[in-house]
Amino acid sequence: MNFFDFSITYGPKFSSAAITTAQVFVYSALLAVIISIIFGIMRLSKNIIIQVLATVYIEFYRGTSLIIQMFWIYYVLPLFGIPLPALLAGVLALGMNFGAYGAEVLRAGILAVPKGQWEGALALNFSKTKRMQRIIIPQIYPIILPPAANLAVELLKGTALVSLITIVDLMFVAKQINMMTWLSAQSFGLALLIYFIMARFILVPFLRWLEVLAAKKVGRGKA
Amino acid sequence: MYVAWRWDFTFEILPKMLWATLNTFMAAGLGYAIAAVVGLLFMLGQRTPYKFVNVPTREIVEFIRSTPLLVQLFFVYFVAPQFGLTLSAWVSAMFTIGLHYGTYLSEVYRGALEGVPRTQWEACRALNFSTSYTYRKIVLPQAFPIAIPGMGNYLVGIFKDTPLLATIGVAELFFTANSLGAYTYRYLEPYTLVGIIFLVISVPTAMGIRRLEAAVNKAQGKANI
Repeated sequence: MNFFDFSITYGPKFSSAAITTAQVFVYSALLAVIISIIFGIMRLSKNIIIQVLATVYIEFYRGTSLIIQMFWIYYVLPLFGIPLPALLAGVLALGMNFGAYGAEVLRAGILAVPKGQWEGALALNFSKTKRMQRIIIPQIYPIILPPAANLAVELLKGTALVSLITIVDLMFVAKQINMMTWLSAQSFGLALLIYFIMARFILVPFLRWLEVLAAKKVGRGKA
Repeated sequence: MYVAWRWDFTFEILPKMLWATLNTFMAAGLGYAIAAVVGLLFMLGQRTPYKFVNVPTREIVEFIRSTPLLVQLFFVYFVAPQFGLTLSAWVSAMFTIGLHYGTYLSEVYRGALEGVPRTQWEACRALNFSTSYTYRKIVLPQAFPIAIPGMGNYLVGIFKDTPLLATIGVAELFFTANSLGAYTYRYLEPYTLVGIIFLVISVPTAMGIRRLEAAVNKAQGKANI
């Protein structure tokens, strides 16, 4: 069976699996963003306890493997009486892991806003919320979006791991069809191709668009 | 149903797990060595002025970088035999890790070379140094410190990705934890130990790399952000 026939025969299975992958990606990306905001700000807190808490969290998640965290959440937590459905376990593991990386990105982004901007806002007697809303936050976006885009692609690649905790995503379906037909080149090749298309032609252009938007907003866009 | 932590069991499996850690080290080390060389090839391929070399290389690098390592592992492991090339789990794992991280390292190398100011090249030109002399004595010594942090980060990255190799049957730490779990029906201790072993190794390494990075930045006269 050539690649074209294979794609037509198994296309529907692969496309529904791709939708699952996309779902896992979106959920865990949202969770990762929330976690990076919380821990990124905690890292910058003046309270030493909060700062240490955030540092421990970040070092812990960056120091161990995603696959181990996922297996621990899915297979070990039930032993403590906390059974989690596979999708929730996968999303939790991905979101918490990438949240730790994102927190560092956000921290660096906040620190990269020039000090003069804070002082300027203070000198103009802006309120605290207005200072953040109008001056600081708009300048953070162009700084953090490029590294965040890298992380997003890594996250999309990371979603392949949820196949190991029984979620029927692209990788799972590819493995399944490989077992059924032994057309390994076609099944894994098609999976690779779909991952590539999702990353290169959907995710990355979207993030580039966001980058341009953010740069324009602070007047750094190309005229 | 609560499961209590059992210390006797922990100490029973600990030696086995530490042995398996050696395999993990071997996988990470070998994979990194291959990736370092492959990265160099990819970097050179992208820097050649010939369009029919650098365009395909860039596309290949882009493709490998944006697809999951897990799928690539299975692809190599299952597809190679169809072309009459039966690779053992170890060989296909090392090949895939080398290729995957080679693309990342090629970016590190490229960034490092581009980090050397153009004027250095021009000065060498003006002093009539040969290209190889320029590389050996002027450019590479300046590029290497820039590459150190990136190279170190990917060493830790490879180390943390080695558990994926268990999925195709490379007997490293995570594989051992899985089989111990399957054998004894106790997953709590093996999985937790794997996590602790990884933490104990990769956190100090990552910290060391960060200090190295700071030292490099300082030596280069760049301010710490």
